[in-house]
Amino acid sequence: MLNRFAPTRRAFLGLTGAAAGAALLPARMFAQSISVSRQLVDALLIDLYALINSGSSANRLYADFEALLNRYADMPIIAQTVMRVEWRRASAAQRSAFITTFRAYIARKYGSRFRELIGGTFEITDTRQIRNFVEVTTTANLRNEAPFEVIWLVSNGSGEHKFFNLIIEGINLATTEAEEVGALLDRNGGNIDAMIADLSAAS
Amino acid sequence: MFFAALTSRVKTVVATATLVALSACGAATLPGEGVINDPSEDQNRAMFEFNVAVDRTIVRPVSVGAGTILPEPVRQGIGNFASNLDQPRYVLNNLLQLRFEEALQNTWRFVVNSTVGLGGVLDPASGIGLYEADTDFGETLHVWGAPEGAYVVLPILGPSTSRDTVGFVVDRAMNPVRFFIGTPESYYLNTVNIGDAVNTRYRFGDTIDELYYESADGYAAARILYLSNRRFELRGEAQDDYFDPYTDFYEDPNAQ
Repeated sequence: MLNRFAPTRRAFLGLTGAAAGAALLPARMFAQSISVSRQLVDALLIDLYALINSGSSANRLYADFEALLNRYADMPIIAQTVMRVEWRRASAAQRSAFITTFRAYIARKYGSRFRELIGGTFEITDTRQIRNFVEVTTTANLRNEAPFEVIWLVSNGSGEHKFFNLIIEGINLATTEAEEVGALLDRNGGNIDAMIADLSAAS
Repeated sequence: MFFAALTSRVKTVVATATLVALSACGAATLPGEGVINDPSEDQNRAMFEFNVAVDRTIVRPVSVGAGTILPEPVRQGIGNFASNLDQPRYVLNNLLQLRFEEALQNTWRFVVNSTVGLGGVLDPASGIGLYEADTDFGETLHVWGAPEGAYVVLPILGPSTSRDTVGFVVDRAMNPVRFFIGTPESYYLNTVNIGDAVNTRYRFGDTIDELYYESADGYAAARILYLSNRRFELRGEAQDDYFDPYTDFYEDPNAQ
């Protein structure tokens, strides 16, 4: 399905409708997972492109992008993955502070690159069930670029269908940011609070 | 005369048989997501620092200068021309990998861009969906079963692996274009390649700046980006071995 980033009512209705159906019939959840995941990515791309083409100021854009992440991404599980084994020794307060700081950091880091995506299109080219999650493959067509692949991994492990990883040409968001967070921890001698403080200042 | 023809034919058959036998061994197994083999990290870090210093003092200022002075069509033309001269090398590697469809795609692209594209300055092939299927001898070695080896940082050229370093040297030595040009032209060719590299630095300026100058550990960031992307290129249609944080992580007794 070619997505031209004009909000379509059908995509939203499809998303809410399928989610409601899944809640009423838990046994069918697995079978519906692929189509729900696809609709999630469809709706996400519509919102994302509205944001990219909005022409908002940087701060407004980052705030809106954070809200979008909250809605479509399982930020707690991404934050947990990114902290790797250190997550186990983090206190509840540190975990929640990390999730908040990490989400804002991702919004700044990726949001600052949105202008490169203006005028591009994404098309969902493949969906498949892998173990307990769904891989939604999109092909990005940007100006003056050969098309490239962006993969969204979607799971309902949190109770709702949300994406928990994003892979651009093999470059995996969770793994890349785990390196970054690992480097911040190393720099601070393993001090989680100091790592969080550094992350909130990082661009 | 007859015997010469026969010998060359036998040689071709033997070479093909060897290739088929090599390919029958299958491609090497790729390391899992996030797996890093970097036994020479200290030397690599030193080389990375050197490359960053070269970038800061020379490459970045030159690329920003050239990118500002030269209009986009000119920069695009240089990039197209350099890319077109890579096509014969891609075709050679496609054949060594027994990937005939990609060999054909790259051949057509070379033919279209060398003629309609005015010697490769324009890129009408991409306009009709004939994108470059870029490859290299490192990939050929992978297809033949050579493992990735260790992570290596090369001077100026940057991230690589021991396998891909061998591939790079072989690619330079066997580039078919080299056999058709004399000495003065080969200098022009080097200039075009340097121009293309400077242009690439300009186009991906923000990404490279962010990586080199804004990451908490630019070395570690460049390493994981390179290895992930390289493995993705080599994986082709094969499925990635994804990590599932819902099942692979929740064995943690402290998880909520």
